[in-house]
Amino acid sequence: MAKMNMLQAINNALDLAMAKDDGVVCFGEDVGHFGGVFRATSKLQEKYGKARCFNTPLTEQGIAGFANGMAAQGMKPVAEIQFADYIFPAFDQIVNETAKFRYRSGNEFNVGGIVFRSPYGGGIAGGHYHSQSPEAYFAHTPGLKVVIPRDPYQAKGLLLAAIADPDPVIFFEPKKLYRASVGEVPEDYYEIELGKAEVTQQGTDITVLAWGAQMEIVQKAVEMAEKEGVSCEVIDLRSILPWDADTVAASVKKTGRLVINHEAPLTGGFAGEIAATMQKMCFLHLESPIERVCGLDTPYPLALEKEYVADHLKTYEAIMRSVNF
Amino acid sequence: MTNPNNATITTVHTAEFTAGDALKIPTLRILRDDGSLYEGAVAPDLDKATALKMYDTMVFIRVLDERMLAAQRQGRISFYMQCLGEEAATVGSAAALDDKDMIMAQYREQGALRYRGFTLEQFMNQLFSNEKDLGKGRQMPVHYGSKDIYYMTISSPLGTQIPQASGYAYAQKLRGLNNTTICYFGEGAASEGDFHAGLNMAAVHKAPVIFFCRNNGYAISTPANEQFVGDGIACRAVGYGMKALRVDGADILAVYQATKMAREHALATNEPVLIESIAYRLGAHSSSDDPSGYRSKEEEEKWRQNDPISRYRLWLIEKGWLNDADDKATIETLRTEILDALKVAEKVAKPGIEHLISDVYAEPIPALQQQLDDLKAHIRKYPDAYPVTAGRLD
Repeated sequence: MAKMNMLQAINNALDLAMAKDDGVVCFGEDVGHFGGVFRATSKLQEKYGKARCFNTPLTEQGIAGFANGMAAQGMKPVAEIQFADYIFPAFDQIVNETAKFRYRSGNEFNVGGIVFRSPYGGGIAGGHYHSQSPEAYFAHTPGLKVVIPRDPYQAKGLLLAAIADPDPVIFFEPKKLYRASVGEVPEDYYEIELGKAEVTQQGTDITVLAWGAQMEIVQKAVEMAEKEGVSCEVIDLRSILPWDADTVAASVKKTGRLVINHEAPLTGGFAGEIAATMQKMCFLHLESPIERVCGLDTPYPLALEKEYVADHLKTYEAIMRSVNF
Repeated sequence: MTNPNNATITTVHTAEFTAGDALKIPTLRILRDDGSLYEGAVAPDLDKATALKMYDTMVFIRVLDERMLAAQRQGRISFYMQCLGEEAATVGSAAALDDKDMIMAQYREQGALRYRGFTLEQFMNQLFSNEKDLGKGRQMPVHYGSKDIYYMTISSPLGTQIPQASGYAYAQKLRGLNNTTICYFGEGAASEGDFHAGLNMAAVHKAPVIFFCRNNGYAISTPANEQFVGDGIACRAVGYGMKALRVDGADILAVYQATKMAREHALATNEPVLIESIAYRLGAHSSSDDPSGYRSKEEEEKWRQNDPISRYRLWLIEKGWLNDADDKATIETLRTEILDALKVAEKVAKPGIEHLISDVYAEPIPALQQQLDDLKAHIRKYPDAYPVTAGRLD
């Protein structure tokens, strides 16, 4: 075990994946010699050469299309989109090409080797172009997998699983935690299975569900609620697509209550999908309406970021509303 | 014979490539480093007032950049982007335009913005995201914009303004306005799909737009030689069938002359024009960047000799329009004014909570109004957690 922050864990995962399989290639804007604007690909060019870790021209659609081509040939491109806010020029390549490559060709061709890595989320005074959480757009696209880690240990294991996975994966990294989240991480290769949620804390009165950087926010709310005698079960969804409805439903059947928290705006956010599924799977077990604590239905603000975010106080209020319903 | 576009094309009968570097576009230089003119070069027709306004704007921007980068280092603002080394490119081009020509910039064109008349207070209000900011404190520092002075508000995603500029200029033409649109972007943004889309649309639909590419050598850490192969950006314009020229972007007389010509051509023919300006980005990409990780001090020093302000200053002194003592006094005064304005702006309140939901739509939709009401009730319960808005919810 070694102490790593999330960037070091991601860098370590990329290093191991490149060492293990010479089909793994990392590229993106500033990814080469510089090691990426956040340094996630630091030293990889030095170690594996310019052919396997390189800067691209400044074109996200080019990066995604290039990755599609490489993966169609059988390689494993790990392409970085510098900020999730800048993924949209690549939207066509990802939604219409990456996601449908296998399906449209009757499995003659596939681009399953792809991983798109991209920092997402707020909390860094980035305003609306450096703070967005676009997971719901991609969750609406059959053929993609969408994964979001909460800490360095998860980031390494999930990223290695994403690279090994036979389907294309979008791996959103909570940039707020890049350096802030530090933990023990095994130095060897390991994978964490995609599509599985994790119960991070057992409880009996209410289920609190989140992912990525919001996990530490809900943890704070849960600690407040516990002081009021409320026993909370906490779940990290980890994979947004496919998502682990069974683990969530088992918990909700036990507690009878659910609060879902995400950074992205409320309307059309992934919490809506979870709530709809849970009311069907757990209808007779529910003691109160499912609560969603999300961003407002506005672009991500700058000066009023504190007011906007789905913070611990709003989450605590939702927990208490639910148990006192 | 003709091609499918009905343009006459020549034919050959033995196979021969046209080389990828067959088209080499020369770089216009008028002003030497010592303030004299190159042999055969003619200075553009500038009156004293305009010439001095150009100089004052460059100096203002340099002092502002220096002060605000320091303010960022002190934690007073969250982020900053300077334009060190590129002042002439944006000031010289803006000076060649009409005040009602639209400016659609990237994020390093504070020189053009200042030349247009953006006030020191307006700069500060945006940088501090306070309630007097025209953008209502919504965007990161340096994302300026002002309808009054025809300066489109900056968007962080790169290259998006390029096809928009084509559309804006096309609308100017349809409206019968005798104005053009200038569109600034970097050589990095020229790799975006929007660049190609924008140039082609402007050429096909004859939009009077001036595409102004600031080729400053770097896109964050990525050097131009990892961004594109060949002669540069200007030759691409020729591929789209439009006129192009390249200038030394640290030579304000060359930039002014080129932009003047481009504007005249665009308005006379409704054809777009592309100008590629070569001037090195002497500073970091932004306050979040440290160039020591990707380029050498020697390289920076070499380009520092190419300073756009010093050579223009020498030219102005030679003409008798500027003297050394006045110049030094101006810089000292500017420093004081900028610091005073900074101290005022940082004490101005942040925008009120109603601006969390205003402007998402022309009028807030009912769901959004409900979200704001709920939020206010929440803040009333926890006022200490939301100090920016808690005291003024009504």
